[in-house]
Amino acid sequence: MQKDIDALLAEHQFFKEMGDAYRTLIAGCGKNVSFDTGQLLAKTDDPANEFFAIRHGRVSIELHSPERGPLILQTVEAGDILGWSWLFPPYRWTFDLRAIEQVRAISFDGECLRGKCERDPAMGYDFMKRFAQVFMKRLQAARLQLLDLYGSAPH
Amino acid sequence: MEAPLIEPMLTAPFRVRKNRKETADTRTLELASTNGEDVKAWRPGQFMMLYVFGAGEIPISISGDPARRDNITHTVRAVGDVSRAICQAKPGSAIGVRGPFGSAWPIDQFEEHEVVLVAGGIGLAPLRPVLYRIMANRGRYGRVCLLVGARTPDILLYRSEMYRWRKRDIDVRVTVDAAAPGWQDSVGPVTALIPRIELDSSRAVAFVVGPEIMMHFVVQALVQRGVPPDRLFVSMERNMKCAVGFCGHCQLGPAFICKDGPVLSYSQLEPWLAIRNV
Repeated sequence: MQKDIDALLAEHQFFKEMGDAYRTLIAGCGKNVSFDTGQLLAKTDDPANEFFAIRHGRVSIELHSPERGPLILQTVEAGDILGWSWLFPPYRWTFDLRAIEQVRAISFDGECLRGKCERDPAMGYDFMKRFAQVFMKRLQAARLQLLDLYGSAPH
Repeated sequence: MEAPLIEPMLTAPFRVRKNRKETADTRTLELASTNGEDVKAWRPGQFMMLYVFGAGEIPISISGDPARRDNITHTVRAVGDVSRAICQAKPGSAIGVRGPFGSAWPIDQFEEHEVVLVAGGIGLAPLRPVLYRIMANRGRYGRVCLLVGARTPDILLYRSEMYRWRKRDIDVRVTVDAAAPGWQDSVGPVTALIPRIELDSSRAVAFVVGPEIMMHFVVQALVQRGVPPDRLFVSMERNMKCAVGFCGHCQLGPAFICKDGPVLSYSQLEPWLAIRNV
């Protein structure tokens, strides 16, 4: 039997320990989506009306450079959340998101979710705290990548 | 009266049997004794002092199979004069060898446990003997996970062996800082892999090797996953010269890394790592 969105969210790391009422409310803005290998989930500068809770597979966050072609900046996978451009104006994607293997995810309608957060600030706060952790982890990861963490001392 | 400690300071001549290219600047050398004798028994995590005439001597971890006694294997990245000379050594040429020295990974103490191995860059070399040991006794360990981080895909070590490790039920995950399209594994720091692995932290032991800054963040992530600090082991690198605790070049707090290390428990080291410029 196919699980409904609420049941799928209950299994997802991002929604861990979220109250049932909030989760059910958020699930109302979600739908199941899947992407084949190589398919774009989002394209730079396109309107960002959604974000994704990845359930299966791996997605690359890419930047297209005219001189060097596509560059993979980071990858995310099952258990991760992908996309926050839907949260802030001008609501446009900053990077390309590409499935590097078969991806199954829940896609959330950003406008629907922004509306629910505005109407229920307590839920909005809970939700934003979770997103803030995603921001923090992604920022920390980016900083570590800049460090050249694996360099060795000369002998 | 105690006999003078001569033998550990005495360099024995070895011949390069094989010199295999791993990456653009990294080679794996098999060295065999010139007199045809077996090499001394050693344990995973230990190192040898390798000497090239006219260039100098450096400590290099052993990266081969601890069950093999007909040669000793080292993986060396050419980053300075001595390591470059070792990497350029042709089969048949001589290299001076002292050792084995130092402490070992406590792999035998943790049978029945889940094992997490985390390596950054050339740090995979000193963990390779652990993988050989685990593969030879796979049934004695629970889940085994190897997390490897490197700057780019072209400098990843032992890529052809990863398939074999995976076949022996080792969960091998690789991540790089930057990659071009076509790369199928992760992009991001090695710390980002830690929350993703399956792990019963109450039964886990972790061995971590890489630059200190990497080990600092990896240990934080492992503790956050619930791995007890007294079951976190790291391999330290310091300016090792004599390798027997005489010269003091490698001292870190009360420990001589050459003699008490290079493998040390993180809880033992932690107070000293927090002090800058030590």
